[in-house]
Amino acid sequence: MMTSPQVSSDNVIEVTGLYKHFDQVCAINNLSFEARRGVTTALLGGNGAGKTTTIAMLLGLLLPSSGKIRILGENMLQHRYRLLHRMNFSSPYVDLPQRLTIRQNLTVYGHLYRLPQLKQRIEELAEALNLSKLLDRKYGQLSAGQKTRVSLAKALLNEPELLLMDEPTASLDPDTADSIRTYLEQYQQRTGASILLASHNMAEVERMASDVIMLRQGQVVDSGSPQALIEQYGRTNLEEVFIDIARHKELN
Amino acid sequence: MAAQDVHFSIRRIGAVALRHLYLMRSSWPRVLEMVYWPTVQMILWGFITLFLQNNSSFIAQASGVLLSGVLLWDVLFRGQLGIALVFMEEMWSRNLGHLFVSPLRPYEMVASLLLMSLIRTLIGIGGATLIAIPLFHYNIYDIGLPLIAFFLNLIVMGWAIGLIVSGIVLRYGMGAESIAWVSVFAIQPLCAIYYPVAILPSWLQPIAWALPASHVFEGMRELLLHHTLNIAHMQWAALLNILYLGIGIAIFLGYFHTARKKGLLLQVGE
Repeated sequence: MMTSPQVSSDNVIEVTGLYKHFDQVCAINNLSFEARRGVTTALLGGNGAGKTTTIAMLLGLLLPSSGKIRILGENMLQHRYRLLHRMNFSSPYVDLPQRLTIRQNLTVYGHLYRLPQLKQRIEELAEALNLSKLLDRKYGQLSAGQKTRVSLAKALLNEPELLLMDEPTASLDPDTADSIRTYLEQYQQRTGASILLASHNMAEVERMASDVIMLRQGQVVDSGSPQALIEQYGRTNLEEVFIDIARHKELN
Repeated sequence: MAAQDVHFSIRRIGAVALRHLYLMRSSWPRVLEMVYWPTVQMILWGFITLFLQNNSSFIAQASGVLLSGVLLWDVLFRGQLGIALVFMEEMWSRNLGHLFVSPLRPYEMVASLLLMSLIRTLIGIGGATLIAIPLFHYNIYDIGLPLIAFFLNLIVMGWAIGLIVSGIVLRYGMGAESIAWVSVFAIQPLCAIYYPVAILPSWLQPIAWALPASHVFEGMRELLLHHTLNIAHMQWAALLNILYLGIGIAIFLGYFHTARKKGLLLQVGE
């Protein structure tokens, strides 16, 4: 099917026929999806469904076996370095150097993105994410919630047009998780950025995501807005839809 | 907010170096460790030199030949270790995932590793050479300009080995870490640090001559014993180093590509 330039410009991510094999294991199996510009899209699925593998391929950390990835209108596999300074990534499972302070970590990453007025940018982000008093504390001495906020500060340093997040509020208390979601919503409203979110927290997805892509065994099994999926499956919330899909009870 | 991308950025190279300088600054034992082993080696060989000066005509002719050998060998060893340790520090701290979703190119990472290796080697060997002056009245800087050629040829050979080792550790995981510590000692007997290549069995001599370090140490002995710099040795060392450094970079980048295929950049760590 032909894709018009107009349709293409509305999508921040376009994945077509993506495969990833690890030796004999097929982790991603003919995956195709699109994520709209300026909204939050959630990538959902059980453990091993292929969410992290997909995010790693979108970031270029992992090379697909075959298939196409277009991000912000560019071919990611061919022009990765044109795109990386317009994107960023946050995950509680990928650490920053433990023995550096928050300020030092953010300074290093700010230089990697060649940011102007870096000191000012770090102060702004620290203020916004309630990290100002912790800036000179070592990353390894922080609590899980504080580390997540630092990881988010690192991910927002370059004001990315596309932010990829792997379980951004995992292991956080409800208050901290709520403040992070609020900050992300404000960031998105202010900048028009797009967010791709992998999460197991269905309440978070219902709150933040406009679109949901359900994965199982490396394939899209369903997609739509959270409300549309809930209605389609005749359920009361997204968690029940998730369980239905994970247990292979999709609609015929 | 994001700056326009460029293919090669001194600022990005400096950023990775800055990360390791922050680490050094926050831990004086790390800096002390860099100076400690070269100094211990220098003191040991300094006393051996003092003993042999009265018992060996060879050492009596050129008393600095052993001390120069041990200090210059440490340039190669520290150069290799500087690359491997800095790279493994990124693996230990599970930081590769963040580094390589930034616009940092793999070849910029290589340049950062070389820069940090140079800084670490200068601190480590520099300290030991300065301590040798009051302790043994031996000043390696009396060698003059040829010292620069010796230093460069040895550190570049160390870089080539360090890059190969780092690539192997990236590909095969931290289980291969011990290679970083032992690999360079496998070639040490062939490098003619304390004895000429001619001492080696004839079948080993071609292998020794294929190592830049052998040319450097032969050149060093000629300079200290006969006060002449054999340019041919330096040229051979430089040519071989260009070859080996090219191989080292190619192997590191090749293993980096393999790591991207296998998803190792997100999985590595302690």
